[in-house]
Amino acid sequence: MEQVLFWICGVVSIVFAVMMILKRNPVHSALCLIVVFLCLAVSYLLLGAEFLAAVQVIVYAGAIMVLFLFVIMLLNLDDEVHSPGKPRMALIAGSSIGSGLILLFLLTGGVFKALSGTRGAEKVVAGNTQAVAELLFTKYLLPFEVTSILLLAAIIGAIVLAGKKG
Amino acid sequence: MGIAGYTGILIMVAVAAAFGGVVVLLSRLIGKRQESREKLMPYECGIDPTGNARRRFSIKFYITAMLFIIFDIEAVFLYPWAVVYRSLKIFGFIEMVVFVGILLIGFLYVWKKGALEWGSKSI
Repeated sequence: MEQVLFWICGVVSIVFAVMMILKRNPVHSALCLIVVFLCLAVSYLLLGAEFLAAVQVIVYAGAIMVLFLFVIMLLNLDDEVHSPGKPRMALIAGSSIGSGLILLFLLTGGVFKALSGTRGAEKVVAGNTQAVAELLFTKYLLPFEVTSILLLAAIIGAIVLAGKKG
Repeated sequence: MGIAGYTGILIMVAVAAAFGGVVVLLSRLIGKRQESREKLMPYECGIDPTGNARRRFSIKFYITAMLFIIFDIEAVFLYPWAVVYRSLKIFGFIEMVVFVGILLIGFLYVWKKGALEWGSKSI
């Protein structure tokens, strides 16, 4: 069951990631990215990281994608829709970065195989959210409270930057 | 816990996708299609659309989106807090009051600056 879901999610996310790059219309690309995010959320669930999955859906697929769409509209990419194709340089750069990543993946994959005796994170029985919460509100209390200051700075920054008369 | 606890959600997703797909497919197969210029126009609350959709929007949309992200992240922190609220007792309550209190300052600032107003009042 988990294997089947993993393969479905993996294949769907790769297909939509490729589609995101190939789509001419930037809004379609953004919609493809949402599907990729949702597939990643299911992958996190399969790994037992429930909190991460929830954050992935709430923050990434929700809030950040809204901002992405607005930025696409702000940039007014009307020309991109009608352009005959992506520039040649971008294609070369993209394919070289992509092949480099595949190479890296294969190399590190070999490393992981060599180290397969050791497991990564320990499996938490009671559920991942609880484990995260217990650490966040006891051991990492100060970083948690400082996060609110960071968010406060972000709020003020957004308002100040937007309000500047240019 | 694994994926076993999510069987209900899986079934719901499958049923929703199947229902949506079947309805669209059936209407395409059974329905009569008479395309006219008016029918193929983008639907805009029944009024004829004017101009291109790709034009610059008011900055207020972006401010709203940015503020939404910030308060969304605040809400995300409430989720693990609610899970362990009972075991943290009063200490956890004070922690969250401090956290939300700091963000409340930001909220009051946004309110005072008029960024939540949609009318004439500008920031």
